[in-house]
Amino acid sequence: MSKSAITPADRGHTTKIDKWLARNTFHHGEFWDLRKLVEEKEHKNLRISLCIPTLNEEKTIGKEIIIFKSELMDRYPLVDEIAVIDSGSTDKTQEIAASYGADVFFSGDILPSQGFKRGKGENLWKAIHQLEGDIICYVDADIKNIHPRFVTGLVAPLIHSDTMHYVKAFYDRPIAYSNELRPSGGGRVTEILVRPLFSLFFPELTALVQPLSGEYAVRREVLEQLPFPIGYGVETSHILDVYRHWGLDAFGQTDLDKRVHRNQTTRDLGKMSFGILQSFLNRVESYGMVDRLPEMSNLFRQFQAEGNRYQQTLKEIVEEERPPMATIPEYIEKMKKAGREVVPVTI
Amino acid sequence: MEISQETHLDPVLASLPEWRESLKDLREMVLANTVMCGEIPSPTFEEENLVRFLCNRFTEAGLSSISTDEIGNAVAILPGSEGERSRNLLIVAHVDKIWETTDDHTVTVGAETLTGRGIADNALGAAVLITLPAILEHLGISLNSNLILLGATRSFGKGDLGGLRFFLENSQHHFDAALCLEGMQLERLSYSCLGMRRGEITIDLKSPAARHPGSAGAIAPLNHLVDKILAIERPERPLTEIRLGSVQAGSAYNVAPRSASLRFEVRSESGEIVAGITEQIEEIVDEISAGHEASADLQIIATREPGDIGFSHPLVKSTRTIMETLAIEPALDPSMSELAALLDRGIPALTTGLTRGENRHTSRETIEIAPLFSGLAQLVGVLVLLDKTLSPSPTTPDE
Repeated sequence: MSKSAITPADRGHTTKIDKWLARNTFHHGEFWDLRKLVEEKEHKNLRISLCIPTLNEEKTIGKEIIIFKSELMDRYPLVDEIAVIDSGSTDKTQEIAASYGADVFFSGDILPSQGFKRGKGENLWKAIHQLEGDIICYVDADIKNIHPRFVTGLVAPLIHSDTMHYVKAFYDRPIAYSNELRPSGGGRVTEILVRPLFSLFFPELTALVQPLSGEYAVRREVLEQLPFPIGYGVETSHILDVYRHWGLDAFGQTDLDKRVHRNQTTRDLGKMSFGILQSFLNRVESYGMVDRLPEMSNLFRQFQAEGNRYQQTLKEIVEEERPPMATIPEYIEKMKKAGREVVPVTI
Repeated sequence: MEISQETHLDPVLASLPEWRESLKDLREMVLANTVMCGEIPSPTFEEENLVRFLCNRFTEAGLSSISTDEIGNAVAILPGSEGERSRNLLIVAHVDKIWETTDDHTVTVGAETLTGRGIADNALGAAVLITLPAILEHLGISLNSNLILLGATRSFGKGDLGGLRFFLENSQHHFDAALCLEGMQLERLSYSCLGMRRGEITIDLKSPAARHPGSAGAIAPLNHLVDKILAIERPERPLTEIRLGSVQAGSAYNVAPRSASLRFEVRSESGEIVAGITEQIEEIVDEISAGHEASADLQIIATREPGDIGFSHPLVKSTRTIMETLAIEPALDPSMSELAALLDRGIPALTTGLTRGENRHTSRETIEIAPLFSGLAQLVGVLVLLDKTLSPSPTTPDE
């Protein structure tokens, strides 16, 4: 007994995603001309803030600040401020960041009337109050191969397009690495948890190759309207909320090539998945979807890149079921002959 | 070359402390360039990506005649103010590193240090080369001489200074003086280079008997070879040494290797002694080959002739004074690198270091940030001094 095959709704999603991929997906190489980008930014009178949330990142924070300050403030004035919002590092993160010219804030000192919660989402949220930019670009502090593209690739679509509001990074080109380091690729939690959930309930959002990436640039008008989970669920809830209110076209995504960072243990990924699932189910509840779930799609959507073109790969996955053996006449008869009466129970 | 203490050197010495302080404004720019030069893999013969980065930086700095040549060097000119009468100062930093593309090139930035493969040799040298136009502009210095910036390829090993040699052979310019930039050590002042032969000896077993179980394989003749080489007589003066840099043989615990190799350098202040020792090594190799056990083959992959502009050369004397003014105690070490190719062609040249560091040629190669500003001030001082000294003046007709 097979469930429904591909529906008209599935085909509609596929068409919409294809169009969106062609229009709203970029490669950072498209924005190599920083001089032109700065001119456009100044023409539009935009201010751009860079926020790096930290907790004990002394090994990588110095390099991020040096590269961003030199390339995106001193050489090309694309970024107007670089701020490190710290959750209370016990290593030299704050000292190193300040020594290279970043504005360093302890998250607990921002908006003290709202109290202090320890978590990355808290830092991102408080950055909205602390920073001045019309666009805030968030970049994680644990990137070992930091490069200006991690900012330019994200803010450029927002500078060029007035209709885009939220641009996410993705990292696509898996290559061999040592045991210690690995490229993100799609990310294990994305591929195992988030993409299947989106495929089932929000198929259009599967267009985001890497919804959990910690690097994104957002307009202030959008950020100030969003609730912020403090922990692992912040990216997932953002995507769901922005999609619900502004639609798929508010998103952009940029291929930033390779991102090298420390690998996380399966145990840590489990914790992350638990937090993400909480946020997801909270959203499903708050959207009033719990007793009004949409028809679930059988199409599982993944992506592949060919050069700088990104394509959906669709796989129809139908989870067929067999009934309990206790309902099959031949089985009931066989058991009867063996002297045992089988009665189906209701499960 | 005459350097008048009063007219040229004194104003430079007086400016050094101010330059050192002012250059701290460019800290992030210099360090960012160093990080990026450090993280772009650039093994000898495969320097294209780093060269492309250098050329992009030269373009952004508005330099002229930016190009790469057939051998992959990156070249650009910061034109001097004297037009066609301008002299030519060559600044060289080699852009190749000893590391393979697949090695982790990540640079870690600490509060006081930068650490990563090749960060001192020679990411910092390349970074300072591309930052030099911004450094001069920041200090308000405009040179009379043309400043020719060269990111030289093929420096290490079998590269044998191929990039710089090619450039010098084929350039249309006459170079009045040259400076070679190396990441460390800050105290380094090289004005001479030793004669050198760099070679590799390969030993292959030829006798079937030598392959029988229990044989030591190619390691025994290799050991014999090493003993013989170390027995070669070396004079204390002129300074002479034989460096055994690398041996390779076998890959397992229980299998006798059929081949083995030895990499070595013979170095001496005397070219004749280098040639003499090399001949003796050739004889040892021939002797081994004449036996039944193994054949041996010697390949000379790099050669340097000794050269020296002299301790009392005005450029050396003035540079020492500049270093002492910056509280840098000069360490007068002969060089084996780019300097040799320059002195070979009679170009007055020096190699200087830019900062202090440690763990050279390891994965933990580290440079210190604070001393870098003394190194940069020293570089600017020597440059300005050379510029003033070489510039044609109204009372001294151009030669």
